[in-house]
Amino acid sequence: MANKISDETIEYVGILAKLELTEQEKEDAKADMEKMLDYIDTLNELDTDGVEPMSHVFPVNNVFREDIVINGDGSADTLANAPLKKDNSFKVPKTIG
Amino acid sequence: MDITGMTAVELGKRIRKRELSVEDGVKAYLDQIDKVEACVHGFVTVDREGALRKAGEVQKRIGDGTLTGPLAGVPAAVKDNMCTKDMLTTCSSKILGNFRPTFTAEAVRNLEKAGAVIIGKTNMDEFAMGSTTETSCFGVTRNPWNPEHVPGGSSGGSCAAVAAEECAYALGSDTGGSIRQPSSFCGVVGIKPTYGTVSRYGLIAYGSSLDQIGPIAKDVTDCAAILEAIASYDPKDSTSMKRERYDFTGALVDDVKGMRIGIPQDYFTEGLDKEVGEHIRRAAKVLEEKGAVLEEFDLSLVEYAIPAYYVIASAEASSNLSRFDGVKYGYRTPEYEGLHNMYKKSRSEGFGAEVKRRIMLGSFVLSSGYYDAYYLKALKTKALIRQAFDRAFEKYDVILAPAAPVTAPKLGESLSDPLKMYLGDIYTISVNLAGLPGISVPVGTDSKGLPIGMQMIGNCFDEAKLFRAAYAYEQTRVYERPGLVKEEVKRGGDR
Amino acid sequence: MAKQYETVIGLEVHVELATKTKIFCSCSTEFGGAPNTHTCPVCTGMPGSLPVLNKQVVEYAMAIGLATNCEITRVCKFDRKNYFYPDNPQNYQISQLYLPIARNGYVEIEVGDTKKKVRIHEMHMEEDAGKLIHDEWDDTSLVDYNRSGVPLVEIVSEPDMRSADEVIAYLEKLRTIIQYLGASDCKLQEGSMRADVNLSVREAGAKEFGTRTEMKNLNSFKAIARAIEGERARQIELLEEGKKVVQETRRWDDNKESSHAMRSKEDAQDYRYFPEPDLVPIVICDEWIERIRRSQPEMRDEKLERYKKEFDIPRYDAEIITESKAMADLFEKASAICGKPKKVSNWLMVETMRLLKEHDMEPEEISFSPEHLAGLVMLTEDGTVNSSVAKEVFEKIFTDDVDPEKYVEEHGLKTVNDEGELLKVLEKVIADNPQAVVDYRGGKEKALGALVGQTMKAMKGKANPGVVNKKLKELLS
Repeated sequence: MANKISDETIEYVGILAKLELTEQEKEDAKADMEKMLDYIDTLNELDTDGVEPMSHVFPVNNVFREDIVINGDGSADTLANAPLKKDNSFKVPKTIG
Repeated sequence: MDITGMTAVELGKRIRKRELSVEDGVKAYLDQIDKVEACVHGFVTVDREGALRKAGEVQKRIGDGTLTGPLAGVPAAVKDNMCTKDMLTTCSSKILGNFRPTFTAEAVRNLEKAGAVIIGKTNMDEFAMGSTTETSCFGVTRNPWNPEHVPGGSSGGSCAAVAAEECAYALGSDTGGSIRQPSSFCGVVGIKPTYGTVSRYGLIAYGSSLDQIGPIAKDVTDCAAILEAIASYDPKDSTSMKRERYDFTGALVDDVKGMRIGIPQDYFTEGLDKEVGEHIRRAAKVLEEKGAVLEEFDLSLVEYAIPAYYVIASAEASSNLSRFDGVKYGYRTPEYEGLHNMYKKSRSEGFGAEVKRRIMLGSFVLSSGYYDAYYLKALKTKALIRQAFDRAFEKYDVILAPAAPVTAPKLGESLSDPLKMYLGDIYTISVNLAGLPGISVPVGTDSKGLPIGMQMIGNCFDEAKLFRAAYAYEQTRVYERPGLVKEEVKRGGDR
Repeated sequence: MAKQYETVIGLEVHVELATKTKIFCSCSTEFGGAPNTHTCPVCTGMPGSLPVLNKQVVEYAMAIGLATNCEITRVCKFDRKNYFYPDNPQNYQISQLYLPIARNGYVEIEVGDTKKKVRIHEMHMEEDAGKLIHDEWDDTSLVDYNRSGVPLVEIVSEPDMRSADEVIAYLEKLRTIIQYLGASDCKLQEGSMRADVNLSVREAGAKEFGTRTEMKNLNSFKAIARAIEGERARQIELLEEGKKVVQETRRWDDNKESSHAMRSKEDAQDYRYFPEPDLVPIVICDEWIERIRRSQPEMRDEKLERYKKEFDIPRYDAEIITESKAMADLFEKASAICGKPKKVSNWLMVETMRLLKEHDMEPEEISFSPEHLAGLVMLTEDGTVNSSVAKEVFEKIFTDDVDPEKYVEEHGLKTVNDEGELLKVLEKVIADNPQAVVDYRGGKEKALGALVGQTMKAMKGKANPGVVNKKLKELLS
């Protein structure tokens, strides 16, 4: 099965991923993705009916923290690498609403 | 004295015996960096002042008896995707080009507790995405065995720096083979421990369910000692595992009698370079002569590991890397109109082509309507791959295979065909999917003079068996130094 | 004839849990504080940081699930919800989609005389976002991550509600349950309880649901009621004009009493959920559920039943008092001390309610102790103070939690029971008001009231009006 990636799809994925591709990059991305998806489609040869999807390799569960405040004022560290800041806050372009 | 030719444990011993000072060690490595770094380019950051200052502090603590471990005072390098407080941590990406973390990764903290002197941060494929260290925004790292060739990746900087003797040992990270493959290409030993053995806290995530930190060094003994230092149960990492034993050096015994070693026939197929295959079989023979029991078997599902991996790793990466947006840290594009334009421009200018390729793929496979077909299918495939290994480990103590199908390719040959490059990870990737430990040990060089690595894979938490087999094998050969470092040293000789 | 429409409403209610720390890190959840002071690498999405789950969040969520008749999911997991926005530092929110902690519950609501079940589809745990403040000076936004990572549960109802009254009843019911559990203070104004309204309309009798919209930014019951009315009218108007309702998210502006679509090309609403690889599953065993169940406090409905049996107070009073657990606790404790539930109830129903309203406070903010209320009841019962003095003392108890006994003593507010002193005053009052005396004796009962008033005034309120009345009558007969 040959996958076909449309211009709209590339545009849409760009919106999801917040990436702005040049025309050339878009063409490359289309070709790359088609090729990769064809390759990934080989997984369809595998019969995985009834197989439980494995997101964690080990059956570890219930890892918790107790509800105790440990951290103090972290603002200096939090803002240490900020590209733009003001009033102890990160400064970003105006958001809607 | 040939300080940079020593193993980390050897140098540590001399420092403890006061035959050498910590500063002697640090200076010797800094000198070597001065000599070869222009060619190798293994580092993103070399912290001369910091290392020398630290040398003094560590020397004091060795003197007053608070530091007694095998690695106290030994200079190390850390892959640039592990956070180091106040020291640049870039992931070899423009988007983190100016990032100075406010905390240190748990694995690095453990090293520091053991008295390590961190002399710098090593180059890597951008965000660990790549197999050649050519996707770094700071330029390529060259293979010390032949600067025309890549060192492998993504921990190429770490492996090249160890091979070129710019540090006594280094930490790397392995998501699909990123420690084992470049170790193989650079003729050094590297181990990816069982998932959860080394804390991921402070490791900048690529594929969170696959990433694992591990040591890269000149020999198996060093790797065991380093792993002993960095492995820990860390309550800050929910996927960290409480292991029964953290003693790895105890496994360094030259005895493989009766050890059952499985050789997956389906790894020795057409894609495998003939010379590489021959070397691996010869190395297996050596173990057999020492008393191991070899058996060939079919692991199965080999061809499905890479597609499953690229779905899972790309999906996780697309999410993990979404935090790089120009708001909190890192690169923000200088000119933008509004929020979304700022996001898009910062990310498009800040990420390189390979990273963008994987983010696009990952975003697509998770997008509405595709989740079941791709992501869920990949997770099911992962379960099957794990089951295949489980079956194999009912019969074998260790699985023996090549680390990579070929030796290091020439610079510039790989990136043009990503899919082909991805296929180079065929022997390493399934180990990450299954969460298993895997080690790469040098077994010789090919006719071009490039190193070949043998991979041994263990059952989960069975690093001890890997160390034993690798150590036993290693006793039969000499450590070969790359052309760049010239002379060879005999094992057990002047070391 | 005009068509009849039915409004179909489902709610997504976010509740901030009352934990001391955030859901995935050890930062304080305390309200306020300078921007970004309650932050760390985890809740600001620093590279390399990893989340670790706060156990208390799971236990609060289980408690709410059990109290709303949900099934607790025995193996539940977290998922990542991916979307870019500056208040969301990782650009994904750790939430639950595939295996939420609780499912298939319901609560019973009462509107007028009608009881009705509102089904709960599911409830999941997630992290709250930071706060964006618009900076007028240079027309930018400022991001504060103090609230980022505060634990939330989101309770998603089935589309079972048909009117604003039902919606309010449902929200009040949830609020009471959660407050009783101590799992949240549920303040709409402060945002610790938030409701998004999913609303559609359909012709009465129709089987299929209409297209729904989601309304956000509703921070009071009044705003919710207005938004429901507004959206219902808007959708009906569209349908009447032959247009279609577009499925979208809309933002309610309570000042303008209208909403606008939050549409944007950049806002694809494709969240690409996948299992959170940094957190392990939560496995909940029977014992754990039992432990949580056993530690549940008596809930409101049970309390009401018990009050009916134990205390001789009107049903209406019991309903008001049990609406807030703080109030109910106060009632029970004070009653136990003084043994006069009816009197305690009166103080709560009349004076406390009046003062709460006057101070614009919630019952949860009451700061006086049951001992002091009980003490006041006893002082009035044994005639130490009269009712007008008691009211004055109660105000002091309400605002400053004073000890009534001490306060009465220190301020000389005790009722004067010394007959000699009273007689002296009475004689003077009678002498000073001859006309009133004549009027009274002439049959004008009212005139006695004036004399009582004069006496009380002369005694600075410390006399017992009943006694004054009686004595006056004796003296004038």
